[in-house]
Amino acid sequence: MALLGTSKYAQGIGLGGVNPDLASERQTASFSVEGLTTVLDGGAEHTRVRRAVVEVIERDPVFSRENQYFQTQNERYEAAVRKAVHLQKKMHEMGWREDGPEFIYIYRAVAGDVAFLLHRVFMRSISVLGSDEQVAKWIPLATKHQLIGSYAQTELGHGTYLQGLETTAVFDTTTQEFILNTPKISAMKWWPGDMGRSATHTVVFAQLYVHGKCYGVHPFIVQIRSLRDHSLCPGITAGDIGPKMNFEHIDNGYLMLQNVRIPRENMLNKFCEVQPDGTYIRRGSQKINYFTMTTVRVSLLSDEVILPLMKACTIAIRYSAVRRQSKLNPGEEEAKILDYQTQQEKLLPQLAAAYAFHFVNNYLHKLFDTGYKEIQERNFNSLPELHASSSGFKAMLSQYCTAGVEICLRACGGHGYSLLSGLPSLYTKILASCIYEGENTILLLQTARFLVKCFAAASAGQPVPQSVTYLAAVKPGKCPAKNKLDFLNPDIYVEAYQHTAIRLSSSTAAKLQDLIQSGVKKHEAWNQCTVQLVQAAKAHCHYITVKNFVETVEKLENKAGIQKIMKHLCDLFALHGIFSNAGLFLHDGYISGAQMDMITASYLDLLGVIRKDAVPLVDAFDFTDKSLNSALGSYDGNVYQRLYEWAQQSPTNQQISPAYEKYLRPLLHNKLSKL
Amino acid sequence: MMNADLRRERAAATFQPELLTHILDGGAERTRRRKEIEALVINDPDFQHEDLNFLSRSQRYEQAIRKSSLMVMKLREYGIADPEEIYWFKSFVHRGRPEPLDLHLGMFLPTLLTQATPEQQDRFFMPAWNLEIIGTYAQTEMGHGTHLRGLETTATYDPATQEFILNSPTVTSIKWWPGGLGKTSNHAIVLAQLYTQGQCKGLHAFIVPIRQLGTHEPLPGITVGDIGPKFGYDEMDNGYLKMDNFRIPRENMLMKYAQVEPDGTYVKPVSDKLTYGTMVFIRSLIVGDSARSLSRACTIAIRYSAVRHQSELKPGEPEPQILDYQTQQYKLFPLLATAYAFHFVGAYIKDTYRRISGDINAGDLSELPELHALTAGLKAFTSWTANAGIEECRMACGGHGYSRCSGIPDIYVTFTPSCTYEGENTVMMLQTARFLIKSYNQVIAGQRVSGMVSYLNDLSRQRIQPQHVAARTVSVRINDPTSLVEAYKARAARLVEAAAKNLQAELNHRKSKEDAWNRTSVDLVRASEVHCHYVIVKLFTAKLSEISNAAVRAVMTELCLLYALYGISKNAGDFMQAGILTDAQITQVNQRVKELLAIIRPNAVALVDSFDFHDTHLGSVLGRYDGNVYENMFEWAKKSPLNKTEVHESFHKHLKPMQAKL
Repeated sequence: MALLGTSKYAQGIGLGGVNPDLASERQTASFSVEGLTTVLDGGAEHTRVRRAVVEVIERDPVFSRENQYFQTQNERYEAAVRKAVHLQKKMHEMGWREDGPEFIYIYRAVAGDVAFLLHRVFMRSISVLGSDEQVAKWIPLATKHQLIGSYAQTELGHGTYLQGLETTAVFDTTTQEFILNTPKISAMKWWPGDMGRSATHTVVFAQLYVHGKCYGVHPFIVQIRSLRDHSLCPGITAGDIGPKMNFEHIDNGYLMLQNVRIPRENMLNKFCEVQPDGTYIRRGSQKINYFTMTTVRVSLLSDEVILPLMKACTIAIRYSAVRRQSKLNPGEEEAKILDYQTQQEKLLPQLAAAYAFHFVNNYLHKLFDTGYKEIQERNFNSLPELHASSSGFKAMLSQYCTAGVEICLRACGGHGYSLLSGLPSLYTKILASCIYEGENTILLLQTARFLVKCFAAASAGQPVPQSVTYLAAVKPGKCPAKNKLDFLNPDIYVEAYQHTAIRLSSSTAAKLQDLIQSGVKKHEAWNQCTVQLVQAAKAHCHYITVKNFVETVEKLENKAGIQKIMKHLCDLFALHGIFSNAGLFLHDGYISGAQMDMITASYLDLLGVIRKDAVPLVDAFDFTDKSLNSALGSYDGNVYQRLYEWAQQSPTNQQISPAYEKYLRPLLHNKLSKL
Repeated sequence: MMNADLRRERAAATFQPELLTHILDGGAERTRRRKEIEALVINDPDFQHEDLNFLSRSQRYEQAIRKSSLMVMKLREYGIADPEEIYWFKSFVHRGRPEPLDLHLGMFLPTLLTQATPEQQDRFFMPAWNLEIIGTYAQTEMGHGTHLRGLETTATYDPATQEFILNSPTVTSIKWWPGGLGKTSNHAIVLAQLYTQGQCKGLHAFIVPIRQLGTHEPLPGITVGDIGPKFGYDEMDNGYLKMDNFRIPRENMLMKYAQVEPDGTYVKPVSDKLTYGTMVFIRSLIVGDSARSLSRACTIAIRYSAVRHQSELKPGEPEPQILDYQTQQYKLFPLLATAYAFHFVGAYIKDTYRRISGDINAGDLSELPELHALTAGLKAFTSWTANAGIEECRMACGGHGYSRCSGIPDIYVTFTPSCTYEGENTVMMLQTARFLIKSYNQVIAGQRVSGMVSYLNDLSRQRIQPQHVAARTVSVRINDPTSLVEAYKARAARLVEAAAKNLQAELNHRKSKEDAWNRTSVDLVRASEVHCHYVIVKLFTAKLSEISNAAVRAVMTELCLLYALYGISKNAGDFMQAGILTDAQITQVNQRVKELLAIIRPNAVALVDSFDFHDTHLGSVLGRYDGNVYENMFEWAKKSPLNKTEVHESFHKHLKPMQAKL
């Protein structure tokens, strides 16, 4: 382009090279980036498979996200359906199987931008809740996509509280059918994905009534659209719920049922059955089913919560190494904004958190693998711990990462506000994770309930699950650190986190006890303590995350500088947490005011240390430019050129604006003679 | 019919919301006039249109342009000329959203008035007033926002033709972001580095025609367009502008102050202190905007929380309103208190600015530096807090908050850029810090400082008995707002002093002043934050005594206490570390915060009703005044673009072929 005169920032761009400001960051890396990537992937073989999958997907033009930021809701939806259909073909062509090593990387490679995700939930719920005959009937149809499924649980008036659902399924013995109804407006199913426009069938959760008696919420397979022409079935009203902050590609839907009759065999009946005469039978244990729901919370963490934060850090940190603004020292050229302490303080703790959460996610997966094996052997002892962990960590990670992505967005100034930066869409997508699969406050309270119970048990000398044995270790005392370097000793800060977590659990448990003893009703006492309970649950998860980060670093081989830089990040994550929650640590004097000043000093020193490796640390996440889809965050750092070129692709620049002819022209030419 | 829950809430309020509305508006007469203007717009069929959530970006721009043209004509027809009344009219027409003529009305015209010569005003002002000329203000470049001196656009004077030659020499120098530039304007005031007689004279403003009058096509040498989709601001055609040897006559440089004579001689401006005033004014608007945006979000979240029922609080009883959960109150009520606090801060800055403007005209500029420094920090403090608060309100609405029908996504995306524009917040905080450090150093040098920083004077007194400020004890009464102001003051003094000492320690180690400043900047930002926090608590507390109605004063006192105590609870570390409060007192504070939640609970709905947002302006199905949420969500959804046809075309294009193949 003729435009590229002599800009010092533009040098090398014409040659397709890397912006020298980014190139210089990479030359000074203190560790092997490739080595760290394989650590993150869990081995070189995983890295190889992941890259292969990503390459195949990104080479295929159908999966392109190039125009994503310019598309309307209708166009996004259509593209997602097209991609979903194409993905089936692609998987077949490549020989990728759902149980193969490639599968987990596919979703990441398409950046979640496909339809029919609920189709998979539909299939899983039939597999888990359905009898052998039901599985044999429905799963092959679903596998061949001869029907498209959804999962209809949430209603307009009810989300969190399942017992409150209002949809009814009344058994009619004469015809051997269930009659389904959404008796009032708040009972309408609302939000289920793929249901607004795509699904032909859905699993509806409804209150079961037999002979006038309510048996609680049960799942039913209901056909909602014709398999021939896709028109709505009789008695069905369904559609899209309208625009949202994100997920424009998904047709979240509403569903009204008016006297819809389905055969008796359509109630998923592995655990419960209504017999032809209306007798209700319950069989087996639903606990394993409960376990399945719990695993969903853990399985979404990586793709929906941690990866978006990693992407946001990649974009913001690369951009901060390219963007120059103001002068740090007179006479020098303008400084990279990454050199400003205030910018480091925004971004580097997010980077450290991304690593901390990646490792705690590994920990959770191990916990669940072990739990799964026990449950297979009908040992359900670990269920409460698994449930509490999945709830607490889902809540803490989604909240933390959502805030982190927003910090990255705002750290990119004006350009971060452009959709072309990629950051607004990362943000609007991740923030849904604070609500779905359990609203965060509710989840934290579930974790807190577990902690209060375990604290009581531990105090009484009874055995408690492994992750909370620390609750028995109540010992008053003071933090022994004498200078700021002591706070780089993991024993010191892990102990501080542990102390604070115990203090919060024990003081809340005591307060709850006091209230109840003073005559306050149990539920009322609980409600009065919920603010503190939430705090205790967060402190527990924070402690486990720090401890796990420390243990992970200890286990890393000390080669290629990886252990050293990870230790720095671990220190930063831990000290930032104390710095930001100073009140909690100072409260009972465990940490003194003078020690808090040492922590602050150590924390600020670490920013300067990690600054040097900031770009290599995000490079190690190994995102391709296509997956970042950001004009600010590409590997080559040619930010401005890309921003300019992408803006020109905007439909607002491609089409003649009707506004000019209709409104501007008259405005500019009437000279407002009326006035 | 009003939802029964909301009816009950309103009946149980202990005060009359209208009285509080009058206080917010600045008197009953102002309220009356505001509602009168509101009615003019809302009852005008010309300003009706489809829900913007269902329109594409181009359609939204088109609607905005349509309404803006009408707005300009009607304002004149109705003879509305008072700036505040114009602001009301505009915000009802555009429902709090930006619009393509914002820069024309808010920057282009005022800049002509203040910086153009009489001859230039003759040439440009009336055509611009009559919208034959639509202008924008092109300052920010792709590579430069905050650091104005770094702008790269050049204007080189050519004495042979008596013209300036404008150039965008690099990609980074392309003008980027100016509102109304992309599609709407035919002129721009361009800021460029002036070169004359081979020398750079720094930034100056030039009037540059960019589009052909008549055809609206870009002029030769001009490349102009829209910068593409953004997080929000769909109505606004933020644009780019690249100039290649584009010539404008010498007379198009705004020359009221600096001048270039025909032969190229540069004449320096006399003084430019007045630009300070404009910045203060715009920042005071942002503080007010923080208050209003947060108020809107609180209105939606609190009304919805009174209508939504979920789960069991007591076994066997009906599902309670979610507003009865302590966790929900803890999310929302401190934000409600914050919204009120920010309203009063916004009003204070506006009043002070008015008063000082009077002084400026009389030649007394002594208060301006402090006000300038203070508004920088308050702009950052309030916009950051409101930004986060709006998101908390949305989260508090659960899944439905995520739907655009809740209106909160729109409030958020419209508001969040104010953390960046008119001074990036971190940079703003550091400006305030610079003033605080300067004041601190004056005190250390034995001078007295006045105004909001006068608490620093106490530090020098303590210096006589060499004692760390932290050792000072304040006996804090946690139910007395005045006493809490003292606690906040002590905290500010402690952290300003700490930042100043850390800066000094860095200076003792290092050669470069700038380097030391950078290495202390996290502390400096904290110092500014706590200073602003103190100012806000102080202003909120001061407001209480001005409220004459006892019932209103009682509820405002509760909110003020909640604001102050919640701030202590959230920043307990600062107060404990400085020895201002003991951990036993912090425990009391935490307990008192929860008691206040329960005390405020019965008035929560009335407190948001007092903000007095009309449903049309609120733009939220969840926050409707009548509380009929679910029916209207359904009605709203039916209009979704995906529902335009019974069977979506994707079925025929993709689904059916796949099903046939497999």
